[in-house]
Amino acid sequence: MRYESPTTTKAAATLLAREKGQADVLAGGTDLLVRMRMGMSEPDLIVDIKRIPAMCQIKVAAAGTKIGAGVTGFELGENKALKKLWPGVVEATNLIGSDQIQGRCTMVGNLCNASPAADSVPALIAAGASAIVVGPDKRRTVKVEKIVTGPGQTSLMKGEVIEAITLPKRPRNSSDAYLRFIPRTEMDIAVVGAAVNLTLERGRVKTARVVLGAVAPTAILVPAAAKAIVGTKLDKEALAKLAAACSAACSPIDDRRGTIEYRTRVAGVMARRAAEIAFKRAGGGK
Amino acid sequence: MSGVLVSTTINGDAVEFACPQNETLLNSLRDRVGLTGVKEGCGTGDCGACSITLDGRLVCSCLVLSAEANGREIGTVEGIAQGDKLHPLQEKFIEHAALQCGICTPGFLVAAKSLLERNPNPSEEEIRYGLAGNLCRCTGYDKIVRAVQAAAKEMRKK
Repeated sequence: MRYESPTTTKAAATLLAREKGQADVLAGGTDLLVRMRMGMSEPDLIVDIKRIPAMCQIKVAAAGTKIGAGVTGFELGENKALKKLWPGVVEATNLIGSDQIQGRCTMVGNLCNASPAADSVPALIAAGASAIVVGPDKRRTVKVEKIVTGPGQTSLMKGEVIEAITLPKRPRNSSDAYLRFIPRTEMDIAVVGAAVNLTLERGRVKTARVVLGAVAPTAILVPAAAKAIVGTKLDKEALAKLAAACSAACSPIDDRRGTIEYRTRVAGVMARRAAEIAFKRAGGGK
Repeated sequence: MSGVLVSTTINGDAVEFACPQNETLLNSLRDRVGLTGVKEGCGTGDCGACSITLDGRLVCSCLVLSAEANGREIGTVEGIAQGDKLHPLQEKFIEHAALQCGICTPGFLVAAKSLLERNPNPSEEEIRYGLAGNLCRCTGYDKIVRAVQAAAKEMRKK
């Protein structure tokens, strides 16, 4: 195995593209090194992206936010401006693992690991986030929901690496929230995750995005759930419709962490509660 | 496989070592640098026995490649005491009998020190969440939590 730590994104993409064997990107290593240890992955080349300045920065602004692929969960949590503008994105990422894991793990790593239960992914999709994808010859911007195509599968092509995540312009009276259900209080994998991002106008929901995690092969955007609350003040009836739309959108697996019936029902409950939190954070209900 | 030369600062001292490119920092610290306070429990980032600080940030050394540590600062349990003078956390762990077999203890000490640096007056809940990445199969955690609370109190006096 060869270890490389380039200092530009283009150099990283070129290294990845030229490698004839298996090439992996190393950000926090909290998935990659575990896979290597378990014998599930034997890369010929590891490209460490943490020496690339553009990948280690956070730029926060109401007009648009950019978070480098090497930024850790801990750094997101420390960034007060980001937390204020996108509390749901930050809380989702901060739910991943222990303090030790937070010191290393990244949102982009969580995205590219492509687990259906990834905590940060529903929050990013709800936020309307995009990924800046860099290949050896060109850059492209891809909506986060187009990155993961199935469990462990992404749409990235050989030689492509994600440089950063961008979050769109943040209108006034907007906020987001992420909730997950796990059987204990810490250090577990989501049985259900729900993210809601919304904007209010005169106390009513003007626009919303509702996303579920761990209830389908990939995180799923549920437009019917958003439609159920748009134009409302999040009254009981609207919330019940949102929950029903979420449950209807589920196609979960049955395993020891949760049955199909359980996940389907809890998805509605989590989405309802996340919507209530986002609504309150956006200044609703006053 | 060709090796890699790693220049680091460990507990304030400049240290250089050579190792294979796929070696974890946990293995280098134990087998090349001789810092055996860093323990291997799970090797997959779940148990925290290999906790160290990397540029001041708490991490599991089993999930770091040694090559990544080039030019970085590492802190281990061996750097917690000042010469013969134990750190308040170490003193309180002994006083409260917050250890039995001792395998998890270095990781707990490094993680607790990091926690108290960020939050000098944590609630019991904050301590339990803060140390959720460290597993202990002997003590049932209660004595560890009490020891951290006592150490925090002691440290706030200074």
